[in-house]
Order: sequence, then structure tokens, then C-alpha cells
Amino acid sequence: MYKYDQYDQAMVDARVEEFRDQTRRRIAGDMNDDQFKPLRLKNGLYLQLHAYMLRVAIPYGTLNSQQMRKLADIARKYDRGYGHFTTRQNLQYNWIKLEEAPDILAELATVEMHAIQTSGESIRNISADQYAGAAADEICDPRPWAELLRQATTFHPEFSYLPRKFKIAVISAKTDRAALRWHDCALRIVRNEAGEEGFEVYAGGGMGRTPFIAYPIRDFLPAKQIFSYLQAILRVWNLHARRDNIHKQRMKILVHELGEEEFRRQVEEEFQNFLALGTDFPQAEYDRIAAYFTPPPFETGLSEEIDRSDPDFALWVDRQVAPHKAPGYAIANISLKPIGGIGGDITADQMDVVADLAERYSFDDLRATHVQNLVLPHVRKADLYTVWQVLREAGLADANLDLVTDVIACPGLDYCSLANARSIPVAQEIQRRFADMDRQLDIGELKIKISGCINACGHHHAGHIGILGVDRKGTENYQLLLGGSGAEDTSQAKITGPGFDEAGIVDAVERTVERYRDLREPGERFLDTYRRVGLDPFKEAIYG
Amino acid sequence: MRILTGNDLKTGAVIWWTGQDWSLHVEDASDVGDHGEAVLAREDGARRVNGGYIVDAEATPKGPRPAHIKDRIRALGPTVRPDLTLKPADPTAGDWVI
Repeated sequence: MYKYDQYDQAMVDARVEEFRDQTRRRIAGDMNDDQFKPLRLKNGLYLQLHAYMLRVAIPYGTLNSQQMRKLADIARKYDRGYGHFTTRQNLQYNWIKLEEAPDILAELATVEMHAIQTSGESIRNISADQYAGAAADEICDPRPWAELLRQATTFHPEFSYLPRKFKIAVISAKTDRAALRWHDCALRIVRNEAGEEGFEVYAGGGMGRTPFIAYPIRDFLPAKQIFSYLQAILRVWNLHARRDNIHKQRMKILVHELGEEEFRRQVEEEFQNFLALGTDFPQAEYDRIAAYFTPPPFETGLSEEIDRSDPDFALWVDRQVAPHKAPGYAIANISLKPIGGIGGDITADQMDVVADLAERYSFDDLRATHVQNLVLPHVRKADLYTVWQVLREAGLADANLDLVTDVIACPGLDYCSLANARSIPVAQEIQRRFADMDRQLDIGELKIKISGCINACGHHHAGHIGILGVDRKGTENYQLLLGGSGAEDTSQAKITGPGFDEAGIVDAVERTVERYRDLREPGERFLDTYRRVGLDPFKEAIYG
Repeated sequence: MRILTGNDLKTGAVIWWTGQDWSLHVEDASDVGDHGEAVLAREDGARRVNGGYIVDAEATPKGPRPAHIKDRIRALGPTVRPDLTLKPADPTAGDWVI
């Protein structure tokens, strides 16, 4: 993984001291909240319902065991013994004291971590395929490009006061594990007929109040021109964005209002200007960064066999283990979705367990996923049983990846100051309702995503079944949506009709699932059946 | 009744205006009537509260109960982590929120 050089470390250390001074001045009364708020947000520090919340960046979801142990230490020392993995592969602490925030940032800096650009009108943490560098189906490791873009855009003056936040994702497989087209700028590495590496570029995606799936604006962009093209996209948005209207500031609105063709025309025009400036990454710089992502020294001649004689382990292998590009290795997914637990939450002790496993069995490599789970990307198949035993001992061996209980839920009204309704209790009740493993396996792949407000941090627009919490005259109400996807078959979910109370929404989900079981044809996932039969049969089941 | 809440500047903890000072406990909150804005302006200026605002609440024998669920969750703590609320030993505390 990437290692800070002297410039990176100096910048992050200086930023910590800058924020320490800003915090001191705020507490001393030299700044009011209006002055201080944008400064703390630039350092990932929010004020939530119960306390300050610190969002720590995990670039493209990659971290090592030392970093995970530091996250555990911070959870114990400054928070309440746990952290929460988010839908942007970051980690949040919920109980932070302002007066201690600079110390936390200083501790993070010792392991090459920070909270810069995890909030505010900036280019947010760049997300990527959590299987990067390991996936059997990828063209190449997309992370060198993500890291180059991270370095080129961090602290870039033109991108420091953007009209609104801007989210980038990079993948290099046909299978989309990063909700690619729900990003402002989505990049998929492809090869052309000549075998040259380049990007499929999509622009204008996003969830929130007004969801849009990103439009394809370039079938093939030579890889070396990516920074020129990205700058062109941002320049067009920066020039035209509706800074006067908070609901129209995101780039997706501009792309929609200009129209796909006109947006593309303007980007291409700006692109020529940037190409002439010669700001793209030199080959030597790409090579320097790519060297940090050299594959680990995989052993050869390893057995492909996995002893499946323990049925619980065999089930975990079937659900949680994915193919690896290196013979004899596998990708192991760690569920953070225990039945009745809080999705994405992990205790400090569990963090230490996962860090130990990464260090011992996965070349010190660990990933966070946008589905709020973790991944050990490089595990020898022969070690899977040992890894599973350790995970089971730590309460981390649930076998529910992509099943009905693998629910994405935002923190909702239990923690978030923007939320209108609680998300977590709904997710927990759905998990309890469908806890039976045989039933889960019979239902098959079914992605439920819950947001506590229209900001859609819980990705409800992309849920096979989506749930949106709203405030209805002071009480929580939940709208049901069907048919969304954040995978390569991206689609936007549709609202079924009137909303439900907390108990009613879980009943509605169950009626939806049962109707699917009645209607499905052999081999059909929930989403396949929905797309074949449409909304009406489900509405009939839901509303009678 | 109308009560005042906000967050402690240094710790971020949820606090409630008692009439003289700020308390962690909503039961201590006092009715500010029409004086809420003035109190908030003074307390904000003195850096004793951050992000203060006025809350409609119902007077009950056990003290004020905020009208909106968001403020009741703020007052007690997350409904999904009773152990982290202000009343971890009271299994019925969450009923007050919902």
C-alpha cells in the first residue's frame, strides 16, 4: 500500500497543528461557530446528536494492521470502545470531545491517516473496489490511479471550495463492487482493442434528494490523460454550478440540466485546454506510485483444496469467500452485520482481532467496503479455517454477505443530526425477521439499504429493497422502494406507495420477499424477478 | 412549555438550560417562555453552549418531555445502545423516547 513520503507527512502534521490552533482559538472565544464550523468540517469533525463525530479517511478502503490497531486505540482512549464503518469505506467515531480532536488527529498522523476532506465542499475520499489487487476478474489494480488522483486533488486550490461535495470511484472489473455509477465521477479501467489501458468515464451520478445514475461521457480515455479530463469535468461544474441553491449545487444537477451531450461537449473543450497545459501525471510518477501496490509475494504451488467437513465453516466459505487471482489464495469477507447488531459497528477488541488476522494471514492488508463490511484480501485457502475460527471467537463469522440480513443502514436518528427517522432499529428488526439461515439462503441475493433521511447515506436508491425514513408530522415514517442496484446493472429504486410506521415497514418488506418467492423462476434473484414482472404484483402484496 | 438545548462547546455533550446553568439532564430543564432567544444569545456569546436552540416540550411529573423524537433521543442517548444512554441501568428508559 502507499507509504507517506516526507512531503505527505509534513503536510498532515502541519494540518494537525493548524487545527490544534483553530480549536484553541474557538474554545478561547476568538472564533464563533460560524467561523469555526467550516474549519472543523475540513478536518472531518461534525457535531452530531450526542457529541462531535470524527470521520477518518480510509483511502480507497485500504488499511494495514498498524492503522487498524491505532483505530482501536483511539476508540478506547477517546471514544466509547467502538467505531462505525461507513458507506464510503471510512470510519466514524461518535463520541468525540472537541478539546481532544487535535490529539486524535495527531495520533492518526503517526500511522499515516487523517480526516482531511471527509466532509465539506471538497473531493471526498476516493472509493474503489474492495477486492482491488486481489480480484480474479480485474484488469489491473485500480488503486495507483486512485492514489494519484488523491494526491493531485488534495489541497488543490481549485477544488478546495467546490460548489458542493464531489465523489469519485475507481474500479477495474466488470463486476461493480463500488456502486460506481452513483458517483459524481465514475472511472472504470478498461483496455482497448490495441491492449492499451484507459478509462470508461461516467459523470453526474449521485443519490440524495435528487438521484441520478452517472451518464457515460467517454468510452475510452487514455489512462495517462485522466487528470486533464478530471480537471475539465470539475472546471465545467465549477463554472456553471448553482452556488445560489443548496439543492442544485451537486454536479449531477448540472449534468441533468445542461444535458448529457452539452455537458460532454463542454468537458471535451476544456479537456483540450488542460491537455495543452501538460498537467497529466508523468510516467515516472505513475511508476513510483504503482510500485507501492506491487502484489505481495504470493507463494506458488499451494493447494486449491478447502476442507469443508465442518458444515458451519463450509457455509461461511460459500457466502464470504471470493475468488482470488493468485492460485491457492482467496478473498475473505468479514461480516459486520450480526443478527440484531448495528451494521458497520466494530468494537476496539474486534478491530485488534482483525488487525492480527490481516498481519498474520493477509500480507498485512485489510479493506473496508461500502457495504459496511471488511475484507482480508489475500488469504491462503489452507488458512481459511483458522481465520474463520478466530473470527467466530470474536463474533465476526456471520455468513450473510449479500443476503437479506446484510443490510446497509446509515446511523439515522440514533446518531445523526440530519436524520428524520431511525434506520438501525429497522435494520435490526429485518435481520431478526429473516434470521433463519435456511430462509436467507432460499431467498438468495437481496440487498436492503436503509436511509434515515433524503441525503441517502444508506443508499436506499440503490437497494433491491430500499427504505427511506421521513418525518411525518413529528413521527417516524418509512417509504418502501424496490428495484434499485448499485452493481454493474445499476438502477434507481422506485417508491411503492404510501409509507409505513416502524413495525409496518418490516411487515411490508416481508410481504415483498414472500411475493418474490411466489413469483420467481428458477435462478432468478429478487432483482431479476422484479425487473421481469414490474412493480404492480409487489404493490398488490404490500398494500393488498 | 419551551426549553433550551444545545451542545457543550468543549465536549459536545447534549445540555439543557436549567434557568441558571446548563445540565446534562432534560429533567432539569426549565420553561424559558418567550426569553429563549435572549438566553441563547447570551450563553452562546459566553461560549457556554454551541448550536443552541429552542425546543417545544410537554411538562410531565417526571420533568419536561421534548415534543420531537429527535430531541428525546438527544436527551437520553441512542435507542440502539441503551448501555451508552444516560440511564443504562433502567431497561424501560427507552419507552420515554418512543
